[in-house]
Amino acid sequence: MQNIAIQVNDIQKSYKKLNVLKGVNFTVDQGSIFALLGSNGAGKTTLINILTTLLKQDGGTAMVNGFDVASQPAHVRQSFSLTGQAAAVDEMLTGRENLIMIARLRHVTQPRQVADDLLTRFGLTDAANRRVSTYSGGMRRRLDLAMSLVGTPPILFLDEPTTGLDPEGRIEVWNMVKELADGGRTVFLTTQYLDEAEQLADHIAILHEGKIIASGTLMELKKRFPPAQKEYVEKQPTLEEIFLAIIGKKEAL
Amino acid sequence: MEMTQKQGTIQNHFFSDMSVMLGRSMRHIFRSLDTIITVTIMPIAMMLLFVYVFGGAIQTGTANYVNYLVPGILLIAIASGISYTAFRLFIDVQRGIIERFRSMPIAPSTLLWGHVLTSLVSNAISLVVIMLVALLMGFRSSAGILSWLAVVGILALFTLALTWVAVIAGLTAKSTDGAGAFSYPLIFLPFISSAFVPTRTMPPVVRAFAENQPVTAIVDSIRALLAGQPVSQDIWVALAWCVGILVVAYIFAMRAYKKRAS
Repeated sequence: MQNIAIQVNDIQKSYKKLNVLKGVNFTVDQGSIFALLGSNGAGKTTLINILTTLLKQDGGTAMVNGFDVASQPAHVRQSFSLTGQAAAVDEMLTGRENLIMIARLRHVTQPRQVADDLLTRFGLTDAANRRVSTYSGGMRRRLDLAMSLVGTPPILFLDEPTTGLDPEGRIEVWNMVKELADGGRTVFLTTQYLDEAEQLADHIAILHEGKIIASGTLMELKKRFPPAQKEYVEKQPTLEEIFLAIIGKKEAL
Repeated sequence: MEMTQKQGTIQNHFFSDMSVMLGRSMRHIFRSLDTIITVTIMPIAMMLLFVYVFGGAIQTGTANYVNYLVPGILLIAIASGISYTAFRLFIDVQRGIIERFRSMPIAPSTLLWGHVLTSLVSNAISLVVIMLVALLMGFRSSAGILSWLAVVGILALFTLALTWVAVIAGLTAKSTDGAGAFSYPLIFLPFISSAFVPTRTMPPVVRAFAENQPVTAIVDSIRALLAGQPVSQDIWVALAWCVGILVVAYIFAMRAYKKRAS
């Protein structure tokens, strides 16, 4: 039997009269990649903020790594790290300084060593001593991901990890997320891109108007919803494939 | 036993976490030195203006107008210096870095204390530079070491109190301009006090205001201490104002910080 990393029971949240979450339920298995899919304003970030103790729910309960987010926030905070839309990197510091800062705050024994290892792993060694304000969007997101790996928390929350990235950056992030999950971590990610959920997730839940309207593995969702249709079409490359092919050639030169 | 041990480790982390936060915002300061320079130059310009332009026409009853002016100038420097604390905190809120820290297992107030201690250090740097310029302009003091320590203490307490006011502004502002704008009235307060001219020449209503607002009590205490004169009960009024502002501002700042999680 698999252990449960995150359990969400009937979570509700409203801002004044706006009812954002109307009773959300799901569980996330340990070591899996769980994608919460939803359009802008569906309440994805609100839910992630509740699970990461940044926001208090109005009703329902949520357990992260076996701890209740409302009554044991300090324990919950030791169980995860948060990356993406909601959390930022320090632009005035260099990449290395950002990592060392987080390493110190997580009380790891050798902050500098940890920082250097992560810089190498995320291909940021050359940029390590430059201020983050000079980084490209993709580099920032890589640094952001690297920062959330400091201290190896068992659960990773990624809030729209690829929003605003170019196609190459997206694929880079996807590969890293896959690698992280292979290492046994539980990854909870929100996304508005269908292909992202399809590429990455073991389990997908669709949040719409404050409720989970569908949930399951990709195969389960495929079975339940539009029946498979056989169509004979000539396979044309997508624009993305063309773009990546051209870029790849250029870099090969 | 286990409880006390646990509390012990949390305490230790509080100070080490806070030193990380302090290091971070001090780096911000030294990488944007223009902020310290602005904060230092404005009061110096004002001091030059008042001493060499208006000073000849101002009757304070003292021979050395620079001596008279210095306490008020220092308070103006502090009032403008703390607006940058509000600004830096607002940027942290806006960029979302504050959310990252709040989602980590660290004491919630360490980020705020990091900013507050940075404010104390950067204001101290500005004040030292201003004092050096004042010395060049003829400032002299017969105060002993204890009086100087008292002056430093009052200025530190005043900075601490206003910095917590700045924290409220930084946490609740809607725009960068808003984060800094709260300090304008604070910069203006010394003008309606005994900082530049004695209050006895002011019309009754203005005089009543001037004599009962915190700046006058603080300025008069510092002036007496620097002149090596006995301080009146002004110093207790000054300390009461500083502690009062500090306590109220701290409570509201913490409330504003926690409110972000409701």
